[in-house]
Amino acid sequence: MWDYSEKVMEHYRNPKNVGKIDNADAIGEAGSLACGDSLKLYLKIENGIVTDAKFQTFGCGSAVASSSILTEMIIGKPIEEVRKITNKDIADELGGLPPEKMHCSVMGHEALEDALKKYFNEEIEFNLSEKQDKLICQCFDVHESQILEAVKTNNLRTVDEVTNYTKAGGACGKCRSTIKTIIDKYWAEKDKDKPKLTQTQKILKINSVIENQISAELQKDGGDIELVDIEDNKVYVKLHGKCSGCKNSHMTLKVFVEQTLRETVSEQIEVIEVE
Amino acid sequence: MENKKLIYLDNNATTKVDEKVLDVMLPYLQSEYANPSSMYDFAVNSANAIKTARKQVQEFLGADSDKEIIFTSCGSESANTAIKGALANNKTKKHIITTAVEHPCVMNVYKYYEKQGYKVDYIGVNSNGELNVEELLEKVNKDTALVSVMWANNETGVVFPVKEIADEIKKKNPSVIVYVDAVQAAGKVKIDVKNTKIDMLGVSGHKFHAPKGVGVLYVRTGTVLSPLIIGGHQERGKRAGTENVPYIAGIGKACELANENLDYELSEVKRLRDKLEAGILKNVFNARLNTSVSNRVPNTTNIGFQYIEGELILLHLADAGICASSGSACTSGSLEPSHVLRAMGVPFTSLHGSIRFSLSRFTTEDDVDYVIKTIPEIIDKLNKISPYQDELEALRNLKK
Repeated sequence: MWDYSEKVMEHYRNPKNVGKIDNADAIGEAGSLACGDSLKLYLKIENGIVTDAKFQTFGCGSAVASSSILTEMIIGKPIEEVRKITNKDIADELGGLPPEKMHCSVMGHEALEDALKKYFNEEIEFNLSEKQDKLICQCFDVHESQILEAVKTNNLRTVDEVTNYTKAGGACGKCRSTIKTIIDKYWAEKDKDKPKLTQTQKILKINSVIENQISAELQKDGGDIELVDIEDNKVYVKLHGKCSGCKNSHMTLKVFVEQTLRETVSEQIEVIEVE
Repeated sequence: MENKKLIYLDNNATTKVDEKVLDVMLPYLQSEYANPSSMYDFAVNSANAIKTARKQVQEFLGADSDKEIIFTSCGSESANTAIKGALANNKTKKHIITTAVEHPCVMNVYKYYEKQGYKVDYIGVNSNGELNVEELLEKVNKDTALVSVMWANNETGVVFPVKEIADEIKKKNPSVIVYVDAVQAAGKVKIDVKNTKIDMLGVSGHKFHAPKGVGVLYVRTGTVLSPLIIGGHQERGKRAGTENVPYIAGIGKACELANENLDYELSEVKRLRDKLEAGILKNVFNARLNTSVSNRVPNTTNIGFQYIEGELILLHLADAGICASSGSACTSGSLEPSHVLRAMGVPFTSLHGSIRFSLSRFTTEDDVDYVIKTIPEIIDKLNKISPYQDELEALRNLKK
């Protein structure tokens, strides 16, 4: 049984704005029948405002809920605002989705993007870029740009996360190493503005950040952190005092420690708690 | 959950414990707690409970001797014990034959052996889910250590001719070990191992009204088997661990009841299944039967609803109090739909919307009537959400 939020259940039980708009100004499509989910999004746009939106979805409960809530999110909104909506916004509006179901929110966003591209007549430009856009996952027809978009918007770090968000790599698994390369390349690119470090310099820097910034912060809450080991980009740490065994410790680690190290040392850092 | 309607049509996943089974178990969870291996009088009832159960299972499986019955904790343990135990004594041969539609508890054991350097042939099925027996027999050679075929498929209910397969294999190469996963066959077809050449066979209690946590492995006399769980002398050294007396008593009783109810399963349960199947196919224009072969276990039907997705159907069925299951990718979180339906080549228009209904002797006429009445309303509502309106319209006209 999936742990669906009340909002998701409400929307798959009684989806809003189901159907098509006969004289739609833009129709966006995403997914396919063969892949197990697909979505058609119809938009009516007047004076730069989305005046009506309807959808038809082939997919699971969370796919229907994502489509349904998306129509509610965009009706009555100016186009510029609608353009800024990401898959994360859709998932957040639903009160979150199970990790394995995040690709449903991505499908909603892709259909919206497709509709807007068509509306603004960006078809030609889109096709051109698609030519250079490498097909990465043949099973689910996922291109490099879709993977990069998901990594960027949702701060993804692992192949499994990319699979949850885009389905890429979820069937035969042949493209998993390629996906890993795309993720690593993206985050390595992010490190460009940071000073280049040798492995020894990196270790010293991590040590100094933990001692001077992170430890000091945790001590304020009566806890502490100890650096155990560093292996490539994996940083092993132990938590002490109020931090150890605290039910928020995972959050503390993932969000605070990792973020701090990523900002200061390298985007590719992964923090692992040891007993 | 408040006291709402519950129509349980997922008996291939698990079954309700029969009250008669529970009655037999309870004393061993209360006053009769002695270890059956102990020497005092207090242990006699525990020891006798196991003896009785072993006899009941022997009779149920049609084994020559009760020494051929080993109690395990589940179907997966039975399969692992049989496969690993047999291969450990057969190290020179590196070839295994099985089917492309085995249950994961068996399939993944072979995937493991493939990584260990074994050659594994996965024999396919036709679009009706029937095994390509000829191809299977052709693959048998002198390097074949083990052939493993399920008796009935859990998703489609299709029965494989395991008796004939075992006969033919032994003609070609008598040293091949034949393992049969009979988890979905128990209580639904007559199992009579003594009149077959099957060497080992596994069943699981909770699929036929015993509780979860107990299974059986049949091992024909003369079959050399290394234990999976090493320790004490229990189960004649084939499976260590203090006997789970209440559950063993329970599966014994469940076997006795399954024997008594087999005729009912083959007539009444089958009648209700056929009624349900026909009712859905008649009232839902985009329903498609995934296999129509008559050689199916009497309780199972697998129906694809074209152009709508399985998880969404299950969620709406659940809201109406109906429990079923789906081979859809979304249900399991695996992204890929059922390996069984894919092996059958079920078209992807209905692959993702395939639902399995599995009945039991506790299913009533009212249950079936309610489902036949309710499903068209649900499917009609879900059809309206589908982006494939033109395709659905074409199907609707075809049906008229």
